[in-house]
Amino acid sequence: MSDVIHDRFTPLQRVLHWVMAICILAMLFIGVGMVSTVMPKHLTLVSIHKPLGIAILVLALVRLGVRARYGTPPLPYDLPEPMRLAAVLSHWVLYALMIAMPLIGWGMLSAARYPVVLFDGVHLPSILPLSDSLHTALWNAHRALALVFFALILLHLAAALFHALVRRDGVFQAMAGGSPPKVQIAPAE
Amino acid sequence: MPPRQSAPSRPVAVSLLVIALVVGGVAAAFAYTAGWLSPERLTPDRIVDAFSPPGKEPLGHRRNHAKGICFTGVFEANGEGAALSKARVFAKGQYPVLGRFNFGTTDPAASDVTARVKGLAISITTPDGQEWRSGMIQLPVFPVSTVQGFYDLLVASGSKDPGAMPAFVAKHPEIAPVGEWMKTAPWTASYADVRYNGLNAFLFTDSSGADHAVRWSMLPAQQPTDVPADDLAKRDPNFLEQDLQERVAAGPLHWTMSVMVANPGDPTADPSKAWPDDRKTIDVGTLTVQNVQAEANGPCRDINYDPTVLPGGIRTSDDPFPAARSSAYAVSYDRRTAEAGDYPRTTTGATP
Ligand code: HEM
Ligand code: HEM
Ligand code: HEM
Repeated sequence: MSDVIHDRFTPLQRVLHWVMAICILAMLFIGVGMVSTVMPKHLTLVSIHKPLGIAILVLALVRLGVRARYGTPPLPYDLPEPMRLAAVLSHWVLYALMIAMPLIGWGMLSAARYPVVLFDGVHLPSILPLSDSLHTALWNAHRALALVFFALILLHLAAALFHALVRRDGVFQAMAGGSPPKVQIAPAE
Repeated sequence: MPPRQSAPSRPVAVSLLVIALVVGGVAAAFAYTAGWLSPERLTPDRIVDAFSPPGKEPLGHRRNHAKGICFTGVFEANGEGAALSKARVFAKGQYPVLGRFNFGTTDPAASDVTARVKGLAISITTPDGQEWRSGMIQLPVFPVSTVQGFYDLLVASGSKDPGAMPAFVAKHPEIAPVGEWMKTAPWTASYADVRYNGLNAFLFTDSSGADHAVRWSMLPAQQPTDVPADDLAKRDPNFLEQDLQERVAAGPLHWTMSVMVANPGDPTADPSKAWPDDRKTIDVGTLTVQNVQAEANGPCRDINYDPTVLPGGIRTSDDPFPAARSSAYAVSYDRRTAEAGDYPRTTTGATP
């Protein structure tokens, strides 16, 4: 843990956040898109879904490591307690989903004995035995949690924009960069 | 301390509206992508729904080719296929096979007497951990040239309107060869003497990186057992499975895998069109069927013979069917495995 208090996330954390934000949103769109088409793009989307999902798993672990090393900037001192709690909790749920979704996808394919092919000729080992009940549980979880994930991201997006446009308290800039609004520093009392 | 909102560039209401529009826009794009705003889109769920009337789904079973029997065996590659594809499965050697004989029906309790279009599904695994799955059928060509056409065929054949099929046939003249085959092809009394055709075109990539568009078939070593349809009708409802078990108990069964290579310009995207007979064909190996197991607790039960499970060296072509099959087989698989309780794993009937 760094003992210096930053008012921003480190550049590495910001890059990871935005790259992963794009990847995760893309994954959600690819996921619902691929299961709703019979066109050849079905296969193209599936062939992106698997490696990109595994990439998100790896990036999420790296990101948590970076976070453990560099910490996070404090939330504004005057953020109401319920909002503070919502922010902290939702961030942990987001991290949990970034890790759980790819593992569930991988497990679901394993439990159905599909080869988990990432690229032409490159495949992952199976992590579960063939099992109809495991497959069904994981398949239901993958679908339900995908919707939870998306709903949470919409809330997160709304909250980020609320900080940026309404509260103007520097929270958005902590992740987005750019200069925070003038009046955001707490007076030293 | 000055209030935070001391100098907003715009009223709060406008900011909230902007937020609502952004969030609503993303949500709408998601709903559109998922097909929730386009009920007319042909989705894998709709295709699978079209196989059975509502409430008549074969719970726990495959939504098509619902009746079948598992087998294990080997594929012995003779090495000739290596000229067409670098896939390990074509290097001379023996590779294990897990397969399933089946016939086209949406009723797992259908009598084998009704088995007009028999099928063979195989999965071949190689020591490099790769796998090749393929589903092949007895028809010489596929009935329709497009996926939408196949859906329309399912709807027309399931329709109570006596005019539906004639109207479909009028719109889809490409179905004529299959119609002719249905009328004239001999009925056979075994899974063992049937030629099974892959019908869809795939691309083989050889070690120089060159692609070859191909279709493959399994040619039986067993002699034909053609019987008049009237004689067949008197047989046991499970006679195909009994026949297979008796034959395999007496000795292994063999098929030669034959690969046909398209010439430039051959209709690779349309499985309803045969390629001319003079095209180069290469025998790449032999399938040997060694053991047979009832499906209920057999090793093929929970396998999805998705034809896009391919090893490096084989990939899909401009034929749109494998993608559609992959999407639909996954739905069928998701449903039937979730309904496993409706299909007990105990062996019943004539297939111990
Ligand atoms: C952050 C990671 C991931 C996200 C956000 C995600 C999201 C989704 C979504 C939204 C769907 C569509 C669900 C539906 O409407 O039915 C889906 C389906 C699917 N995902 Fe993922 N996914 C992720 C990771 C993975 C991984 C790593 C794999 C495999 C290695 C995977 C395999 C699948 C499969 C096979 C389906 C189709 C399931 C079916 O209906 O049969 N996913 N995913
Ligand atoms: C699409 C998927 C997204 C995911 C999974 C995601 C995830 C996260 C997570 C886990 C954090 C907490 C960082 C930490 O405390 O370590 C965070 C922070 C943040 N995110 Fe996102 N984010 C996404 C998209 C967005 C978008 C679209 C925006 C803005 C328009 C945004 C703005 C922010 C901001 C401003 C913070 C800083 C909050 C703070 O200071 O605690 N995020 N994000
Ligand atoms: C768009 C066209 C097609 C659709 C929608 C379709 C649909 C289906 C479905 C839903 C199943 C059950 C899958 C499962 O639950 O595992 C199935 C099985 C099967 N299909 Fe198709 N099919 C199509 C085209 C074809 C073609 C072109 C062939 C052969 C050349 C074929 C051969 C088979 C075979 C052999 C099986 C049985 C597989 C097994 O034993 O598990 N199908 N089909």
